Parts: sequence; C-alpha cells; structure tokens
Amino acid sequence: MLRYLGKRSLHSLVSLVGLVVLVFFLARLTGDPTNLYLPIDASPAEKANFAQVHGFNDPVLLQFWHFVQGALRLDFGASLRYQRPALGLVLEAFPTTLELAFFAMLIALVIAIVTGSLAAWRLNGFFDRIASIISLISASIPNFWIAIVGVLVLAVNLRLIPTSGTGSVQQWILPVAVLAIRPAGLIVQIVRGSMTSALSSAYVKTARAKGVSSQAIIFVHALRNAMLPVITVAGDQATGMVNGAVIVETIFGFPGIGNLMLDAITNRDFAVVQAAVMVTAIAIFILNIVIDLCYAALDPRIRFT
Amino acid sequence: MSVVSDVAIAREPGAFVTSIRLLWHDKFAFTAAVFLLLVVLAAIFGPYVVGGDATAMNLRMRNVPPGVTHGWLYVLGGDTLGRSLLARVIVGARTTMLISASTVVCSMLIGGFLGLIAGYRGGWFALVVMRVADIIMSFPSLLMALIVLYVLGTSVANVVLVLAITRIPLYLRTSRAEVLEIRERMFVTAARVLGARPRRLVWRHIAPLVAPTMITLATLDFSFVMLAESSLSFLGLGIQPPDISWGLMVSDGRGYLATAWWLSFWPGVAITLTTMSLNLLSNWVRVATDPVQRWRLEVARKNG
Repeated sequence: MLRYLGKRSLHSLVSLVGLVVLVFFLARLTGDPTNLYLPIDASPAEKANFAQVHGFNDPVLLQFWHFVQGALRLDFGASLRYQRPALGLVLEAFPTTLELAFFAMLIALVIAIVTGSLAAWRLNGFFDRIASIISLISASIPNFWIAIVGVLVLAVNLRLIPTSGTGSVQQWILPVAVLAIRPAGLIVQIVRGSMTSALSSAYVKTARAKGVSSQAIIFVHALRNAMLPVITVAGDQATGMVNGAVIVETIFGFPGIGNLMLDAITNRDFAVVQAAVMVTAIAIFILNIVIDLCYAALDPRIRFT
Repeated sequence: MSVVSDVAIAREPGAFVTSIRLLWHDKFAFTAAVFLLLVVLAAIFGPYVVGGDATAMNLRMRNVPPGVTHGWLYVLGGDTLGRSLLARVIVGARTTMLISASTVVCSMLIGGFLGLIAGYRGGWFALVVMRVADIIMSFPSLLMALIVLYVLGTSVANVVLVLAITRIPLYLRTSRAEVLEIRERMFVTAARVLGARPRRLVWRHIAPLVAPTMITLATLDFSFVMLAESSLSFLGLGIQPPDISWGLMVSDGRGYLATAWWLSFWPGVAITLTTMSLNLLSNWVRVATDPVQRWRLEVARKNG
C-alpha cells in the first residue's frame, strides 16, 4: 500500500514538474515576458525597470532556476494585480470551487445511480427510453447556455433566485445544477451499462431465487459491483469539472479558482496563473489517489503492488 | 465467372444504399443526419447567401423580438445593432464547423501519426510522447487551452491549434495501443520476414488497420470539440469579433438578458441541436459499423 502510494506520487510528481516547466517556458519562449506581465499601455521606461527588477534580462535558464527555487518554497511570486502572494490568493479561492464541484458531483452521482439502475431494471422500457433521451440532451447542451437560460427563467422572469453571488443557499442552486447536468447525463449511461451486466450475473440469479426483493437486489447486491466503471468515469468527470467551474463561476460571479484564473489570464497576472495551475494539478493528483482507494474499498480482489 | 459476380452485385445494393436505407428506418438518426446536412450547407453556402444581411445594420430593427411581422430575415429577431439574428446564426455555422472540423482532422492526423511511431518504435521517443500526453490529459482541457491562448494570443488558427493540443493525447493513446496489438500479428511478422522495411510495414500493413478506429473516434469527438470551441469563444478567448461564432453570440447577448433574451437564446439552440445531432448520429454510426451490433438496426428495420 505504502509502496504503491510512493510510486504513484513519484509518477504524479513527474507530471506536475512537467506541467509547471511547460507553462513556464510557454510564457518565456513566446516573447518578452515583460509584455505579458505589464499592462499593454506601460511606458518603455516602466518596462525596462520591470524587466530589470524581475530578472528578465538574465539568461532563461537562470530565470528558470530562480523560479524553481521559489516554487520549491511554494513561492510563486506576487500577484501584480492584488500585490499579494499569488499562492494565498489561489488558496483563498480554492474552497469555493471545491464546494461547488463536490455538491455538483454528489448530486450528479445520486441522480445517475438511481436513474441508471431503474433504466437497467427494465431495459428498453418506458423509463429507460425517457432516461436515454434526457441523458443525450444533457450531454449535448453547452453549460454556459443552460446557465444563461436558467438565469433568464428562474431569476429574471420568475424571480425565484438571485442572479449572482454566494451568500445564500438559493444562490448555489443554479450553479450546482448547471455543473451537475453534464456528468449526470454521462454517468447515467455508464450505470445503465454496468448495471445491465451485473443484473445478468449468477449471484443476482441466486439472490432472486432466494426471494430477495427487487430493491435489495439492485441497491445491495448489484450496485457494489456495478460501481467500478462508474467511479472511473466519475473521476474523469471530476477533473473536467474544473472546466465547468471556470464557466459557472464567471457567469454567477463566484470567487472560485476558475474565476480567479480567467481573471488572471485576461489581466496578464502570470504568477497567479502559475500558482493556480500548480494547486489544480495537486488537487487532481489527490483525487486520482482517492479514486484508486475507492476501487480497493469496493473490490477486495484489487491489491496494490 | 464474371457473369455470376455481376448478377450478385446487381441483386445486393451497394454499401452506401444499404446504409441510407438503414438510416431511413431509424427516425432519430435520420432527423439528426438531415439537420447536420442543413448545418453543413449553411456553413458552406450561408455566407454567400446571407453574408451581407449578417453584417448590415438596420437601426429600425434594433432588438426586434422574434416573430413573422418583420419579414423572414427577422423571424429570430434582431440584435442590438439591428442585424438579422437568423443570418448571423447561419453565417456563424461556418466558423464553428470550420474550427471543429479542422481541429478534429488535425488532432486525428497528428495523434494517429505519433501513436503509430510510438507504438512501432517504442524506446525513448514513445516514453517522452506518452509522458507529455499524460501531462496534457491530467489537466483540465479548458484551462490548458486558456493558458496557451493567453500566451499565443487569440486567432482562428491558434484556437484550432490549442483545441488540437488538448485532443491529440486521446488519438495518440488509442493509436499506440492498437499498433502494439497489430504489430504482433502473423501477417506483420510475415511481411517482416519477406523483407519489408519498417516504413512500408507501418504504412502499408499497420496504418490501414488503425485508420477506422481513428475515424470512429473522430466522429465521437466532434461534438466535444464543438462545445469546447463555443466555451472558449464564450469566455472571450476564442473567436473575436467581427468573426461570428455561436459561442461568441451567446456571450454577446448576455448583457441584454432581461430585455432581449433571443440574442443569447438562438445561438445556444443552434449549438445544442448540432451537438445533439452529432451525438445521435455518431451513436448510430458506431452501431451500424459494428458487425456484432448491426443486427439490432436490421431487426428494427424489418419490424418497423
């Protein structure tokens, strides 16, 4: 177990380092970083001064060395816009995104497991067909559009919920729903598929012969075995949820990491971008380990080597 | 001998006709195919037919609500500058389809090619390529695209490049896995024994077997790429005005949600219907090209 974790961490560390190096050199090799850092209307004197202070006149490799030294101390430099350490800004924004993604994933999973199981129970039945049409639609709708239409109908026309902000529970309903739609639609199809094969297995027949009720067969016997592929896809979707978070946070004005990052990108605040990349990558790494642990919990046959 | 085979061909209609007939009997897939055909036609001919109307401002038609009272050009309403929304949606189809198609083709060719080499040669090249693919795959694609666009600046070519970068690993992994399996088959060994050079082995013997998988993957991936392009344009880092893209139109209309909902609504409907048709049709293609599952369609056809 510990050996597995060690090996896994090493692998991820290579990816992480690769990612950071990639982002660093992308910014350095495609032009003078001064122009990336400073506002477009900065004067030449300001630019020269800025380049000198931040060491942009040094050779690229020396710059990279300084950057690595900083990164090892978790110091990505200060945000130009807020004049504060970039990492602090990112860590402040992170919990909002995490909560948003957590609730969205939870809701998506609950909906998908219940719907997918019921659809698999009566294959090609009425419920199955309705479920497959809805899952097709939910996988096709762009989330930014459904967010806008949601605001239009629920907030502007019906005045049921506020249009933006994070203060009250009502303000979380629409963002979480928008974020959950796409994963829910995709996971329903996975649950349906794996549930179908689980329901046709021998142990389900045994349980049925013993007179176990339908609900118990689905949710006690079959579900646990049907969950393995679901967890794989849910993990992928959780990574993709950061994509959705960028959009949802922008539309609803949530102070999360997606919003911060888009803001940093449009304002050329490179230290924040770099820190946000790092934090997101670490979060995804932890998520992947949690998923592996879930596998082991669900299927005792899986052993880590 | 030749007479016999001629008769057989005359009785059994060609693969194309058979597929069209199969398609006709699946009403959902058929509707999807017709709609996609319309979108493609709009993308090709739209700018010639209504290109002028898409940019012509008519101040009397500013924010006209959808309806038939103002002539067919304004059935979907007018935008804030009095331009016909219908014409703009039609012209927008070109940008959206062009970018999605180029991205899918680029990532398929590059990813497939790299996968061929990585799978056949192995060694340090495969190691590096697969590692880079892992890095790209392990990071949210939209964020990756935003970062690269931020560095490179926004243009149509860069949007294609960026989207392709995020999709290449998918093709790369699939193509490499296929090559690893095909490489060990008997006919490849036979060809090698006969003295075929590596280049000939890869191109004449292995690549033709990988190609169908790549194409299936590409049809499945098309709708994903379309949504990604729309998202980028919506966030303001994709297509820039005066170019028209559906994602950009949704974004432009956001500010007028309370007064002119149709500005954001129709382009979104266009995106949704197109991706939905693509998903429906690619599902159908997957079943129709799979010999194990094809009977489902044929049975449905006989019953229906």
